[in-house]
Amino acid sequence: MNGQGGTLGRVLDLVPSSVMIGVFFVVPFVLILLTSFSVETETGDYALGFSLAHFERFATWFYIERALFSAGLCALIALLSLLIAFPFTYLLTRFGPRTQTLWLIYILAQLSLSEVLIAFSWQILLSRTGGVANILVWVGLAEKSFAMAPSAGAVLAALVYLAVPFSVLLLYPAISRMDKALTEASRTLGASPLRSFFTVVIPVTRPAIISSGVTIFVLTLGAIIVPQVLGKPEHWTLSVLITDQAIFNFNMPFASALAVVLLIISASVIFAVSKFGGGRRT
Amino acid sequence: MSGLIIEGVTKKFGTLTAVEDVNLEFTAGEMICFLGPSGCGKTTLLRMIAGLEEPTDGAIRFDGRDLTNVPVHKRDIGMVFQSFALFPHLSVGENITYSMRIRGHSRSEREARAKELLDMMRLPGVEDRSISQLSGGQRQRVAIARALALNPQIFLLDEPMSALDANLREAMQIELRKLQQELGITTVVVTHDQTEAMTMADEIVVMGRARVLQSGSPMDIYKKPVDKFVAGFIGTSNLFPATMAAPDRVRVGDAELSVANRAGDFATGEDVLLMTRPEEVFVRPASAERPANAVEGRVSFVRDIGATIEILVDCGGHEVISVLTPKDWPDVATGDAVTVEMPASACSVLAA
Amino acid sequence: MTLLRRLYLALFAIYLLGPIVVITAVSFNAKRFLAFPPRGFSFRWYAEIFVANDWFASLMNSLIIALCSASLSVLIAMPVAYSAWRFGLRYAKALFAFGVAPFILPPVIMALGFLLLYTSVGINGLMINVIIAHAIFLLALPLVTISLGLESVDRSLIEAGQTMGASGWVVFRTVILPIAAPFAFAGFAFAFVLSLNEYIIALMTVGFTVETLPVKIFNALRYGYTPVIASIAVVFLLVNITVFSLIARFSNLPRILGAQD
Repeated sequence: MNGQGGTLGRVLDLVPSSVMIGVFFVVPFVLILLTSFSVETETGDYALGFSLAHFERFATWFYIERALFSAGLCALIALLSLLIAFPFTYLLTRFGPRTQTLWLIYILAQLSLSEVLIAFSWQILLSRTGGVANILVWVGLAEKSFAMAPSAGAVLAALVYLAVPFSVLLLYPAISRMDKALTEASRTLGASPLRSFFTVVIPVTRPAIISSGVTIFVLTLGAIIVPQVLGKPEHWTLSVLITDQAIFNFNMPFASALAVVLLIISASVIFAVSKFGGGRRT
Repeated sequence: MSGLIIEGVTKKFGTLTAVEDVNLEFTAGEMICFLGPSGCGKTTLLRMIAGLEEPTDGAIRFDGRDLTNVPVHKRDIGMVFQSFALFPHLSVGENITYSMRIRGHSRSEREARAKELLDMMRLPGVEDRSISQLSGGQRQRVAIARALALNPQIFLLDEPMSALDANLREAMQIELRKLQQELGITTVVVTHDQTEAMTMADEIVVMGRARVLQSGSPMDIYKKPVDKFVAGFIGTSNLFPATMAAPDRVRVGDAELSVANRAGDFATGEDVLLMTRPEEVFVRPASAERPANAVEGRVSFVRDIGATIEILVDCGGHEVISVLTPKDWPDVATGDAVTVEMPASACSVLAA
Repeated sequence: MTLLRRLYLALFAIYLLGPIVVITAVSFNAKRFLAFPPRGFSFRWYAEIFVANDWFASLMNSLIIALCSASLSVLIAMPVAYSAWRFGLRYAKALFAFGVAPFILPPVIMALGFLLLYTSVGINGLMINVIIAHAIFLLALPLVTISLGLESVDRSLIEAGQTMGASGWVVFRTVILPIAAPFAFAGFAFAFVLSLNEYIIALMTVGFTVETLPVKIFNALRYGYTPVIASIAVVFLLVNITVFSLIARFSNLPRILGAQD
């Protein structure tokens, strides 16, 4: 740390970090772009060039349907997880600091849990011998135990479960910073607790709700394991297809083209919402 | 001269001039107050003395040594910050002896000094407490002790009372002044509170719009302010538009009054302001014998707060405040016609 | 209203904790096949993590990778966050934005990028590959926490240090670092935990040579039920809870997560 040196010294301190970020973030990005436009050689390998072949392959109904399915699924998950998480986050900020910290620790711990482990636990939960189905039999809602996965519902349930802790943490700053006098004011003006929640709390935190929704959307777009473990191939999302192409088909150009599509979907949703959705207000 | 000298100091931040061509000289061991409204440049001037800002132009000397290019950490100063800036990660004792640790004093030396300083600040035995356990007043004492740990040559305080409750402030002003006199250390205090400046200072520097408007002893500035800004900033003043009638007389409406202060600065016929202080003007019933230096008026309000009585008198559209002690009470009520006596020695002339 | 709130909180807690309770119960199952409620009670699947060579090797891989990548991440983040805060360098702020970006994008994109980078230079399958990849991918965490820590250093504290004789480097060591260190630790801990649990980047960079625990678990999942995974899930959850409790203990968790003091 060069505290006293001139601007040169200050910039020199940044050289190692710049190299790391440049080589390992910027270069990989450029490589994805280059690869997605690359041309096939006679040996079946790929070389630098400009070809839209890989994007043309994407532009078939099979892949477009995959992209639409991914986007729709993730939007639904973002909506559901916000619905579940918002009231909890609101109540959480009203707990004492100790209770708040304990909950935050647990939420963080669950949020950090590998997607692999979440998928595994839901696999157990939804299996024939594992859990929910047994409970249904026990309650009398089902006659005999059955497997609930793989199915679209299983994918949805596990991904929402994955997204809820994130939603809580994304909503937490805005809700905890909201002036508590606002709800009190609405109460003194005659609003019931529920009404003041809907007429004050939600409108005031609207920008945070929107930006959290976008983040959850992008986050679930990245889910890879849950669709494979709990879904059938028709439930696979773009991320799974990219992995599949890169690791098991060794088709880097097509994987890259799909990654570019994924990037465009993420970026355009972030952009559209930040432009038209009121953006962030923190 | 061995004191603090500020020589043609100017400080510019981009296009903004924060301090413009300030020239001041102070005797060593004095307590100096920079007084002025916020944004007048007083804090910037203090920070230049500390070395936290570099003057754009000019020099700062102390004890014959040019400090202008000496970096802050080599200046031998002690500074109390407005927020106190106590280190939250260090205990009270560690805060106080931070400067000693930086300079490599031994642990036993530091502990002894921390104890000595805390005793002096009447906060014995709190060395091991954390800063968050202290009240505002205690924090200020710790900040002062920390600044004085190495017996610096110059002691600087930036709005030291602003974080304290009003009733604690007055007590601390007296305490700080006593401490300063005991140690005989050259001290500069920045404040926007005139009472604070009057209470503590040997020398007050009134600043406004990046410049020094007036400097001098508190009484000097109170009695003979150079303009209506200074007069208004220090204490309450009564101002009358007037015209110079003779070298030592002014005309106010129909009356002519003799003036003892600053009349010589103005030419006969010039429009000026006549200034008096409330405790130096006296109100008498109109029926009483008319004093020499007086104007006529009517009582518009009487405010009796026990220790003093304030009488507001409307003199031809200009309000005059007279503050009297109960023994001088003229026995007048709202609506009474009165004469307001302004002795020549109490009258000053200011530029209009 | 109170009833409604209680009901909602209870449902939320059941939803959040349910799968964890099930997996914990299953991890103590005495039998090799899956059963819930569990049949019998045993610690054998916990012992298995350390006894079975392949599981233990994966655990060690994951731990080494997480430790190294979290440290590297903090080392890269520190000068960037510091220069952006202390000197407001525009270049540092730009670097900061670049450093945060990988974490925001779907991880598979970064994973593919790393794969292309490593294959194009012909360095494949080394542990250092995934260490660097994780350090860059998780860089946002120490960047953000260290910045938060630095922002909590009141600038008058620096000036106070200077008036008491401390120069640039000494101020950094005696004032800035002690105050910001808990936040840097928090960044380290976040990065550590997320690296430990990360799957896709580990798979694409070194998946076939250095098997990390998440990769191994996924591979095992494809061949049906493996009871050890349940005990690993419980152990991981406990590790996560421990690390975040440490963060909460040594720095201000609500503040790091965006609440105001």
